[in-house]
Amino acid sequence: MKFVKFANSPVLSQAMPAWRTRFVLFALLAGFGALVGRSLYLQIFQNDFLRQKGESRYERTIEITATRGRITDRHGDVLAISTPVKSIWAIPDDAKLSPHDARQLAQLLEMDVRDLNAKLATDHDFVYLKRQLPPDVAEKVAALRLPGIHDQVEYRRFYPAGDVVAHMLGFTGVDDKGQEGVELALEDQLAGKAGSRRVIKDRRGEIVEDVESIRRPQDGKDVVLALDGKIQYLAYSYLKQAIAENRAKAGSVVVLDAKTGEILALMNWPTYNPNNRTRLAGAQLRNRAFTDTFEPGSTMKPFTAALALESGHYRFDTQIQTAPGRLSIGPAVIHDSHAHGVLTLAQVIQKSSNVGISKIALSLPTLDLWTMYDKLGFGSPLHLGFPGEVGGRLRPAKSWQPIEQATMSYGHGISVTLIQLARAYLAFARDGDLLPLSLTRVDVPPLAGKSVFSAETAHQVRAMLEMVVQPGGTAPKAQIPGYRVAGKTGTAHKIEGGVYAEKYVASFVGFAPASDPRLVVAVMIDEPTGKAYYGGDVAAPVFAQVMAGALRTLGVPPDAPLKPLMVVDTPAAKEEM
Amino acid sequence: MPRINLILLLVVVLCALSTVTSNHSARKLFTELEREQNRMRQLEVEWGQLQLEQSTWAAHARVAKIARDRLGMKAPASGQVVAVEAGK
Repeated sequence: MKFVKFANSPVLSQAMPAWRTRFVLFALLAGFGALVGRSLYLQIFQNDFLRQKGESRYERTIEITATRGRITDRHGDVLAISTPVKSIWAIPDDAKLSPHDARQLAQLLEMDVRDLNAKLATDHDFVYLKRQLPPDVAEKVAALRLPGIHDQVEYRRFYPAGDVVAHMLGFTGVDDKGQEGVELALEDQLAGKAGSRRVIKDRRGEIVEDVESIRRPQDGKDVVLALDGKIQYLAYSYLKQAIAENRAKAGSVVVLDAKTGEILALMNWPTYNPNNRTRLAGAQLRNRAFTDTFEPGSTMKPFTAALALESGHYRFDTQIQTAPGRLSIGPAVIHDSHAHGVLTLAQVIQKSSNVGISKIALSLPTLDLWTMYDKLGFGSPLHLGFPGEVGGRLRPAKSWQPIEQATMSYGHGISVTLIQLARAYLAFARDGDLLPLSLTRVDVPPLAGKSVFSAETAHQVRAMLEMVVQPGGTAPKAQIPGYRVAGKTGTAHKIEGGVYAEKYVASFVGFAPASDPRLVVAVMIDEPTGKAYYGGDVAAPVFAQVMAGALRTLGVPPDAPLKPLMVVDTPAAKEEM
Repeated sequence: MPRINLILLLVVVLCALSTVTSNHSARKLFTELEREQNRMRQLEVEWGQLQLEQSTWAAHARVAKIARDRLGMKAPASGQVVAVEAGK
């Protein structure tokens, strides 16, 4: 081995010019400086931008869908539920389908091939081929693996009860937002809020790490309605039957719980199937009980009678001369259908005498009458959040003429909705107080509402209303075996083009059991065109059927003695008033 | 001195490897969690569909029809009902 000592290298023995050393040193330093500068630039000034670029290579922000809350009836039976369905969409530029593929796809989507091709021929970048398909069909479409055809999860609302609960529930649009009924009224509770979160995905597309949750998804809250599915079905079937029998145009039934103010059933006819809304007419959609006002007719009489009792000038048996069955006020004449002669206040209600109640109304102060109507809720909407809720018409007391004061006492010249009328009867079914109505189940019964009449007055009017359904009254057809029933009929002419036409609105509002009222049922039948058109013949039977079924469903003990009835342990206190 | 450096190097390498394995297993567990959560959502959907099916079968109209037509049932006449007070 031959060693060459570094110091003895012949290269080094030559003298170098000093600038070369310095040049090399400078070049090295400059290179180092450039590196430091560059890294400073990248690490500090460009940091955010580069970090973002890097993260976008492996991080994804994903949307988390939230489901809309369920709607159930008071017993927890599902009335509306959202379940995922798939929509098929396409990018027309990518979707170059062979005729065979197109036929297959069209068959799965249950469309005509020509329609499908027409949809794909648009110059848009995106087109829905079919929305809201059942998941199994969507899977078959995905299995075809056609280019440019994709699917997307959406939620669809289903209403298992169909047309029975249609108006109460309303429905949602294709984007799962409430458009009618409870779906709209309680939208805030029902709607879910979609969330999103950032995750790290590996190359197989599986999520391996949660970076952060940007917004937590909030599922919509379930809503428990006050509605009782069984009572609603009773209202549905008996109303449908009555409409057919009387060849009527429309009708509504409202059932209220007198103890809590809950709406136990609300039925309108005509109705519709919320699951299939392709051929919907305006008439079917109308939630008549809330949105249609009508002149209630004689169902208004008990309110005037109650105010008369409150005034102290009248008693239950104060005598009123109604002969000769006519009463002239200025140029107008008020008629009774039969002349009755001298009647007591209670008989005026029982026989439904227009002359009698008009005389009473005229003897009462105008302002007191107006205040009572206002307290009973006439003229102002209930504010339950239903779309199109109206308040009816109650003119200010100052503009009343004597004739109006008289006609309003028997329900003409004032217009109300059926739900308002039913609520006003709560005053008689309770001890003269009114509760706010509730769409949702009330678990703690409210103590007492706003007082309109004294308890004493309410009890006396209740006794008068019981006489209505007894022999000699206008509505013996409202009787229910085993229960004491109280109520009032109404038959009103409809106004068409400003004049009263030969068309009628038959109604009946009542409650039972009269000894301790539990339910208020209001029935309205619009334009019965059969032989009968009186409230006592048309509306009262529906009332009796719905009320009897509802009382049995709720297990309310009978309060009236029945001849063949075996009553075990009925408390004696309930037998008297 | 070199020996302690070697030991420390070994310790560092071991630590580094264990970080890698634990991170890997964490990710595997997370994928599993993710999969279970998906299953949970699917089960919820299925539950909803079953509820839907149940309420369709239990629709009052259907029950009433079967009770009346197939089973020949009817509501008892009012005289046939005996009211019993609770708790006595």
